This record gives sequence, C-alpha cells and structure tokens, in this order.
Amino acid sequence: MRAQFIDFWYYFKQNRGALAGLAVIFIFFITALLAPLFAPHNPAQIFPEHLLQRPFFFSEQINLFLGSDDVGRDLLSRLIYGARISMGIGLLVVIFSTSIGTMLGLISGYVGGRIDWFIMRVVDMMMSLPSILLAIFVVSVLGPNLLNGIIAVSVVAVPSFIRIVRASVLEEKKRQYVMASQTFGSSHWRILFINIFPNVLAPLIVQATLGFSDGILNAAALGFLGLGAQPPTAEWGTMLADSRAYIESAPWLVTLPGLCILMVVLAFNLLGDGLRDAFDPRLKK
Amino acid sequence: MGKFFFKKFITLLVVLFGVSLVSFSIIRLAPGDPVMMLIGERGADAETYAIMKHNLGLDRSLPIQYWHFITSAMQGDLGTSVVSKEKVSTEFFARFPATLELGMFAMFFAVIIGIPVGILAAIYRNSFWDYLAMGTSLIGYSMPIFWWGLILILFFSVGLGWTPVSGRISVMFDIPTVTGFMLIDTLISAERWPAFFDALKHLILPAVAMGTIPLAIIARMTRSSMLEVIEADYIRTAMAQGIPSYYIIFVLALRNAMIPIVTVIGLMFGSIITGAILTETIFSWPGIGKWLVAAVNQRDYPIIQGSCLIIASMIVFINMMIDLSYFWINPKMRGSR
Repeated sequence: MRAQFIDFWYYFKQNRGALAGLAVIFIFFITALLAPLFAPHNPAQIFPEHLLQRPFFFSEQINLFLGSDDVGRDLLSRLIYGARISMGIGLLVVIFSTSIGTMLGLISGYVGGRIDWFIMRVVDMMMSLPSILLAIFVVSVLGPNLLNGIIAVSVVAVPSFIRIVRASVLEEKKRQYVMASQTFGSSHWRILFINIFPNVLAPLIVQATLGFSDGILNAAALGFLGLGAQPPTAEWGTMLADSRAYIESAPWLVTLPGLCILMVVLAFNLLGDGLRDAFDPRLKK
Repeated sequence: MGKFFFKKFITLLVVLFGVSLVSFSIIRLAPGDPVMMLIGERGADAETYAIMKHNLGLDRSLPIQYWHFITSAMQGDLGTSVVSKEKVSTEFFARFPATLELGMFAMFFAVIIGIPVGILAAIYRNSFWDYLAMGTSLIGYSMPIFWWGLILILFFSVGLGWTPVSGRISVMFDIPTVTGFMLIDTLISAERWPAFFDALKHLILPAVAMGTIPLAIIARMTRSSMLEVIEADYIRTAMAQGIPSYYIIFVLALRNAMIPIVTVIGLMFGSIITGAILTETIFSWPGIGKWLVAAVNQRDYPIIQGSCLIIASMIVFINMMIDLSYFWINPKMRGSR
C-alpha cells in the first residue's frame, strides 16, 4: 500500500496542472470551513447607504472590498459564504452518488444475470435524459429548494458511478486472485469487499473527483434557473440569477460569482485528469 | 447481425417503457392533488371535483391510467398544458425548430473550430500551441455556460454593442413562420437580407455560449484520436513513401481519426438539450428550453411529462442509430457480433 502511494505520488507531482488544482481546492475548502473568520461582514447584513457600490479597484471606498449588491450586502462576504454552500453541495453530492452508485455497481457486476440486466436498463434510461433535464424532473417532483437540488444532482450523478464500478468489477471478477479466494471458500461478501473492492478504488476516486465538479456545476445551474437554492441564500448560481438585471449597471455582480464557479470546477477537473494519469501511467500520452 | 439488431431493439423498447413509466408517475408523485392544482386556489365543490377527476381519468386504477397515457401518447396526444390550455405536442413542435436551429448552429461553431484545433494540437504535440489549446479547452469544458452567456452579453452586447441582447429577431421585422427556422423564413419572406442578417446577429452569441462545451470536447477528442492514428504503422509507411504530409494528415489519418469524433458529435444531442435549457433562459430564446423552465416554475406538469417523453425518445433513437451506423462505418463489426 505504502509503495503504491509513493508510486502514485511520483507520477502525480509531475503534473503541475493537477497540483495547481489541488492547491485551489485546498484554498476553497479552507475558505469554506473558516468562512466566519475570513468574511468581513455577515453575508445577510444590509448596508442601506451602500447600494450597488463598486469594488475597490473602481472606487475609493474600501469598506466593502468587492462592492455590494442591489440591496447593499457585501459581495466578498457572500462569495466566501457561497464557497461554504458550493463545497458543501459538492461533498454531499459525491457522498450520496458514490455510495449508492458503488453499491449498485458492485451488485450489478458481481451478481450478474437478471439483476444486472435490470440495473443496467435503469442506467440506460437515466442516461437517455440530459443531466439538467433529469435534475429538473426530480426537482419538479420534490419542489425547488437547496436540499432537493442536492438530491436531484446526486440522482443524476449515480448512473456514471454504477457503470464505472460495474465495468471494473467485471474486469476483476475474471482474475485469478478472485478464483483463488473462491477455492479457499471465501464468502461472497469477503470476495466482493475485501478482494475486489480495493481494486475498483482507483477509477472510483477519479470519477468522484469529476463528480464533485459536475455536482457543483449542476447545482449552480439549478440555482441559476431558480430551481435550487432560493434567495437570499448566498449560493453562487442563485447570486448570478439575482444579478442578471444589473448586468449593465453592476457588472461585478455578474462576473465574480461565476468566476468562483469556474475556478472550483476547473480545479476539480485538473485534479481528476491528474489522478487518472497518476493511477494509470500507461494511459498517459 | 440479426441477433444484434434484435437485442438492440428489445433494449430500446425497455428503456422507452421505463422513460414512459417515469414520465407517467411525475404528476402522481408531485406534492399536492393534481385535480386541485388544475382547479386553482378558488377551489370547487365536491361534484365539480368528481367530474374533473373523472375527466382526467384519475378515478381509475393505475394500470388503466398508464394504458390510457401510453396509447394516447403513441397517437401524438401528450395532454394539455394547464396554463395555456394548448396541446403539449403542438406547443413542443412549435418551439422545437428554434432550439434545433440554435443547436445546429452551436454544433457548426464547435466542429468548425474544434476539429482544426485538435488536429493542430496533435501535430504540434507538446508545443506551446498544444498546451495553449488544451488548457483553453479544459477551461471551456469547465465553463458554467449560464455565466459564460452573461459574460458574452456583457462584453459584446453591453460593452461593444455589436449584437442584440436577447430574442431571435428584432421586433421591426414581422416574419411569417413557414419552416420555423428563422434563417430560412427570413429569406423566403418579403424582407429578405436585412431580416436574415438581423436574425443571424441574434443567433451568434447564444450559439457561441451553447457551443463552447461541445467545442472543448471535440477539440480534446480530435487531438487524442489523431495522436493514436498518427502512430499507426500505415502512417509511418506512407511517410516513408514520401507522400506529402498534408495528404497524410488530412486524408489518410483524418479519415480514420474521424470515426470516434463523429460518434461523440452524434451523442452530443443530449448535451445540446442541456445547453438549450440554460442558454435559452439567458438569451430569452423562444425554444423548448425556456419553455420547460417556465413550465417547472408554473408547475405545469403535463408539459414536463410530455417533453421529457419526447426528448428521451429522440435521444434513445439517435443513440440506436449511432450504434447501428457502426455496421456501415466499420466492416469489422459485422462479423464480431
């Protein structure tokens, strides 16, 4: 295990993009955790005398560092608290979809037969609907709010986890170590979780990283469409939707939340690409 | 080969059955009583309520309700919108050309830039331009397009004033709908070129916003596919024979490299719909995406139900067509299954 990690780290640290991604993710996580320490103001606090104030590089006022929104709330504080929500969303989505997807994928690949057929047809079905449409579908049943948005985005992410885990299980199931374990009379649980599962981890971790970025992106899209987090929650997508009307008078309100989304999503995609290459250096071109 | 077709067809039927079951259940799973939702806040007496419930077929058993839903859906009747009282299918297909026009233009933009960029990145592998192209495409791939659309508006419409902010055509033109494709309808109308260019100006920004993610995917796919082909033996042989390099790259290599790229482009229909939902909302484009979002906000369940069914069926059919087209593209497949 230790040798494997050293091997992994050797390849991973050569990828500067992935390291940068990791750094950005680390910064956003710290920001999210320590939001009350970093944020200069309460994200909901209103400064009635500072409506639509410009950011510091356009004005002499540096009290509200990145300016304020249409009701006079400090944009920087809202962005910092927004990191908390978006990182939280990403984390929950990944936990939900990874655990459900892994269970179903393991069962599907290991048991095979009719159960496999049934699970795979459900996966086909879910994948035949575009992700946002499927999420909208779920939200329209459950009703639009932040928690339902998270559930919807997690549901959307599950099929790709099932597929990846199932594919690796099918691959591993044929290996001799599994056969050896069978001849020693191991139970199905032992074979599945002690023998096979650790070998499925590498593609799973890569997919979970990419799932993080998809989750944040889709949840922000739902928030933007008014189907996820509802105002006045400081969620980046919702903030974007709120500021659309001020695109001419207050461009910073439109620019900055989206920039945060882009940075986080990009960081996770860089990390995911780097992890994939590091886990399987042969694939690297 | 017959067996393969048969298996594919059975899978298709099962998936369509599942999709129809999910669409069917939405109105029943949604919170609140669908009958009360139709009646509205004013309410109704018990008799009116019973009549409405009967008219909607909600007083019968679930299997019979499903049977009615699926048989009328096959006859093209997907129910009636709660808000506009129009047929869902009529409304869907009245708006679909707008989305299709936008989607086709977006894909055109993505292909016309993505493929050359991918080829160049593969040829000049590990050069500065390769890194630049792949870095940019990773940013494009990570782009929240609802934000990207706003940034494009901010820069090109608000800042430079080059393009209009929203809609399909300026209000001064009154174009009769013939095909539903604005670029064609303007040309066959009396207004001709001025209207055509006006429509084109309206189309550019949404198409760029919507085409950005496909562009990034196509560029990355083209690069990796070309890299694989360039290393093949037959390319080395061709080079040894002194065949001009433009011919090797654009004819010998590209022909084989195109197979996975064409597949990916075909499979992008789903992401076009996703893109349409977001892009149309930003640019007030009168297509199915904007219509669907409005339907969800107004809790217009027949529309959500019907359009999910239509869109999913389209995607399932397209995917099957792609699967089957392998037989014509790649003769090796014919023997293998």
